[in-house]
Amino acid sequence: MNRLAPSRAVRWIIAIVVGAFFAIPMLSTLLYTFRDGDGFSLVHWAALLDPAKTAAYAPIWAGLGNSLVLAAVTVVLVLVLLAPTMILVHLRFPRMRSAFESLVLLPISIPAIVLVVGLAPIYQQIGRALGTGAWTLAFAYGITVLPFAYRAIQASIDAVDIRTLSEAARSLGAGWGTVVLRVIAPNLRSGLLAASLISVAVVLGEFTIASLLNRQVFQTALVVVKNSDAYAASVFTLLALAFAFALLIVIGLAGRARTGKDRS
Amino acid sequence: MTTAPLTARALPRTAENSLLADAGTGTRVEFRGIVKDYGATRVLHGLDLDIAPGEFVSLLGPSGCGKTTALRVLAGLEHAHAGAVLLGGTDVSAVPTNRRDIGMVFQSYSLFPHLRVVDNTAFGLLRRKVARAEARRRALDALALVGLDHLADRFPHQLSGGQQQRVALARALVTEPRVLLLDEPLSALDAKVRVQLRDEIRRIQLRLGITTVFVTHDQEEALAVSDRIAVMQAGRIEQIGTPEELYRSPATPGVAAFVGLSSLVPGVADGATVTVWGQSLPIGGDAVTGDVEVFIRPENVRLVSAGGVEAIVQESTFLGSFRRTLVRTLDGAMVRVQHAASERVEYDDRVRIAIDPVPVSVRPRA
Repeated sequence: MNRLAPSRAVRWIIAIVVGAFFAIPMLSTLLYTFRDGDGFSLVHWAALLDPAKTAAYAPIWAGLGNSLVLAAVTVVLVLVLLAPTMILVHLRFPRMRSAFESLVLLPISIPAIVLVVGLAPIYQQIGRALGTGAWTLAFAYGITVLPFAYRAIQASIDAVDIRTLSEAARSLGAGWGTVVLRVIAPNLRSGLLAASLISVAVVLGEFTIASLLNRQVFQTALVVVKNSDAYAASVFTLLALAFAFALLIVIGLAGRARTGKDRS
Repeated sequence: MTTAPLTARALPRTAENSLLADAGTGTRVEFRGIVKDYGATRVLHGLDLDIAPGEFVSLLGPSGCGKTTALRVLAGLEHAHAGAVLLGGTDVSAVPTNRRDIGMVFQSYSLFPHLRVVDNTAFGLLRRKVARAEARRRALDALALVGLDHLADRFPHQLSGGQQQRVALARALVTEPRVLLLDEPLSALDAKVRVQLRDEIRRIQLRLGITTVFVTHDQEEALAVSDRIAVMQAGRIEQIGTPEELYRSPATPGVAAFVGLSSLVPGVADGATVTVWGQSLPIGGDAVTGDVEVFIRPENVRLVSAGGVEAIVQESTFLGSFRRTLVRTLDGAMVRVQHAASERVEYDDRVRIAIDPVPVSVRPRA
């Protein structure tokens, strides 16, 4: 028995305090969405499907559409740019790894509002070159998700001897493209999946950069709608949280499926 | 330099023309003046080595002697700073690994974890554009060669270490490569599996007639399977020869110390002979004069009832068909004696030993 481990009672107290910390705001929001005058009803939830309210909620649907496009583009950036770079650093430039790691983890320590100051002039140029479509925000999001995606992918890279696997594949006649797509990627599957899902969650939750660069995304739309219909904003917030939870559970299952297979 | 895509060189396959059938398709392998540096450290000092078609050559040496680097240069996984590697008379120094048409088995387990055994084995064939059904059939052939066709649908993590290395061997051989490279493939395995697989590799190699380069630090392994052994030391080949040549007449004290078991005893050299305990022995190799240390093989020392030199038994180990006994002579030298198991000796027994008058290696006494 590990004598440093907290006792059963202490563990429960910690679980309850932490659980309450997360649960109380969400439960409050949930109760709020059921409020109907002095009583409770599902009227605010039903309003989502009410044709009369469609115009009022239009910003949210538009913002959600933009956010989903942004999430998809960001995931593509992670999979096409970050993952191959990490593999390259691991296989060919291992001495650059610590420098690369600190660079990639940097965005977590830079507040979004500071990032925006630097991004604003860059987006003027991007606007001229590529237009001002909401999807261009993905370049900024590609930076903000770096730390999260990096950790998820690196954990997978460290768990597999990709150096020997790629050398074996090369000796069998595989070119680098085949090595990456058919040998390395399948073995990093759980890490790539986790990185993608975390990126989606981060992008759907991002507000500061979109707001300051005047782009309409899910979170900025929520703020707009809140001013006219606070109930609807709460309902959408809960739905977004539920979606993020579902993503996290999928990430967890993906990780567990892998270790389960290894044990059999 | 031609960079045409690799083709599987196999003829249309029939029962007679299968992986199991034909031998004698080996390719000549040449290292010419290979120099390799890691930073400021030179790990290969102009390595020259010529390997005949179908030959099994071991690179033997302690860790850090450059043997693995030499193999990796041959595979194209490392680039030499000078010199050339020739396969079948063609300089392949500029050819990338995946176009060298080699088969390689690694020290660490290298099967692709996400592919079944049969798909692992067929990997190289699919890279050579062999049709899927045909690739599967030939993969099963190759698995049969290593006795594992019944495990074709397993995943690598469901196999033992020895089985994984067997599959790796089948995977390396199935494309009928020009040369088979073995990078300490046995060192992760336990002793019994190691000997089995070692002998199996040699059996298959002889059957297929494939040129093979085997890197190992285990002299017993190298002696058991090789046509020739190149003993490497600090980035150079100290001696290359058949196992018998290396064992009987090591060219340098380094080779004598590394190949086989030897005792070091003091002697006085006088040109072509050396005197040990009043007994004159011929020196194998260059003439030496002065105080030397003499390498004595256990099987060249015997227990005698009269003559020889007196010694005290330190320990005696029963090894089945013979005994190996460590004795200490009165002047303090420790000598290993290999003798019949029926000659029982025990700790602290006083015995007399004599050395057979066979050529010995010597080195100057420090």
